[in-house]
Amino acid sequence: MSAGSRRTGATSAGRRLVRVASPLAALGIWQLLTSYDVDLWLRFAQFPTVVEVASALGDRIGTEAYWQDLGHSLRRIAVGFLLAAVLGVAAGTAVARSRWAADILGPLVEVVRPIPAIALVPVAILLLPTNEQGIVFITCAAALFPVLVSTRHAVRALNPVWEEAVLTLGGSRARVLFSVVLPGALPGIFGGLSVGIGVSWICVISAEMISGEYGVGYRTWQDYTVVDYPGVFVGMATIGALGWLTSTAVETLGRRVTAWLPRPTAGVTAVGPARAASTPASLASASASVPVSAVPRPEKEPVP
Amino acid sequence: MSTVSPSVVSAKPSAPTPPTASAGAELALHGVRLGHPDGVAVPGPVDLRIAPGELLTVVGPSGCGKTTLLRTLAGLLPPLEGRVTQDGKPIRRPDADRALVFQHDALLPWRSVRANVELPLAIRRVPRAERRRSAGEWLERVGLGGHARKLPHQLSGGQRQRVQLARALAARPRAVLMDEPFGALDAHTRAGMQDLLVEILRGTGATVVFVTHDVDEAIHLGDRVALFATGDVLDVPHPRVRDARQAPDTAALRRRVLDSL
Repeated sequence: MSAGSRRTGATSAGRRLVRVASPLAALGIWQLLTSYDVDLWLRFAQFPTVVEVASALGDRIGTEAYWQDLGHSLRRIAVGFLLAAVLGVAAGTAVARSRWAADILGPLVEVVRPIPAIALVPVAILLLPTNEQGIVFITCAAALFPVLVSTRHAVRALNPVWEEAVLTLGGSRARVLFSVVLPGALPGIFGGLSVGIGVSWICVISAEMISGEYGVGYRTWQDYTVVDYPGVFVGMATIGALGWLTSTAVETLGRRVTAWLPRPTAGVTAVGPARAASTPASLASASASVPVSAVPRPEKEPVP
Repeated sequence: MSTVSPSVVSAKPSAPTPPTASAGAELALHGVRLGHPDGVAVPGPVDLRIAPGELLTVVGPSGCGKTTLLRTLAGLLPPLEGRVTQDGKPIRRPDADRALVFQHDALLPWRSVRANVELPLAIRRVPRAERRRSAGEWLERVGLGGHARKLPHQLSGGQRQRVQLARALAARPRAVLMDEPFGALDAHTRAGMQDLLVEILRGTGATVVFVTHDVDEAIHLGDRVALFATGDVLDVPHPRVRDARQAPDTAALRRRVLDSL
């Protein structure tokens, strides 16, 4: 046991080094390509340098508008994602456990699921009184299906012996639900939540770009329309950092509530969220690691 | 937690030795045809009466449908035909009166050993402090007092079965249905578990139906042995006496059971 943990300790130190070095190297290459205006089929002449982006970020961080945008986006994500989590777990469990729910909800889910959440913008505009609610609706719709589908699978995959054991101990249906089904499905549910939070970011940013007032996505689009490229990259870095932060939070919570899982299985759950974390950033075209690590650096610079 | 004073509470479920008045349940099959949920019939006993407080072992080869019998008695599975009763009343659904001990892996893996044993008490709405104390006592009785905080996967197979025993008995069921509970254990552990079972059941008064494919186990543990395929029920001359293995009447019974398989 102790030998094993020492070995993983050594590897994790090495891995940590690689993890820090990789984004730093990416930033270095970015800076070199852009400061020398390299033109090798890919054209870096108009591309902002790391330093320009960093100083733009430094300027923005001092303004109230930046934090206001951040707060708006975070609130939309929080409300939309939490709604999706509750609805997705409830509907997924119902579909997996009840033939009626499966017959009624199943076809609806399968028809609506392939529609990209961002394509629901017209629906949101028609249905909901305010833009704000529309954005939350789209965020929720985006996260709903990953959560629902993975909950459904996780509930169906439960060992039936657990339920029978609780039944023969005198447990009611509610007891089975709360003592067997939900705790047993949690590892799978958190897989869905990790994917869901990533997709939520993609959609909240896209929705803000289309119809928002305030918000990181709105600001990023605004900067693009006025050809403020460093500002666009600040937006991307912010989105990347926020996405990374929220999916880390989901992942940490997931690991904590599924601490009972035997070791090797716990390692598998750690893989999903890491991929989900990169999704919102990859939408913003740049590689995920670049905007994420770009954030802490400029904070050292003096802010006027 | 602190609302109930422990001295008052400790009276009832704490002392597992004195049998309660309504201890054992009488279980019976009346003209039953056992069957899987998909409707496939399982050949097995048609009529069977298990007396209150009796330990009936059921022998049959692996895969012959013994589990189906237990699940039917538990109320998890309706019979294709006939009636299954407890004390004359039909069994329609599972009940805390009839605990089922599974072959393996029936502990909830996300609950600690203690929380697993507390589960039936929680279902019966026993106050938390009392639950904790009672579960601790049961774990002591099965020799796992020091493992209360562990998770099931951190225990050996034999230890997990002991936890299952403690969990099944903690809420003082009137019947315990055991599905080859020691089937996956090595011979040495198995003998120890049989002794533990005998000791732990003493004084509970519960009716026990113990299914096994091991003839020696069946003859050692049972008051009577039921042959699954024919439905014949044979009296065991020296129930739960280890030294009686070589006795002529035990040997005769053993031969008879083996012939029937």
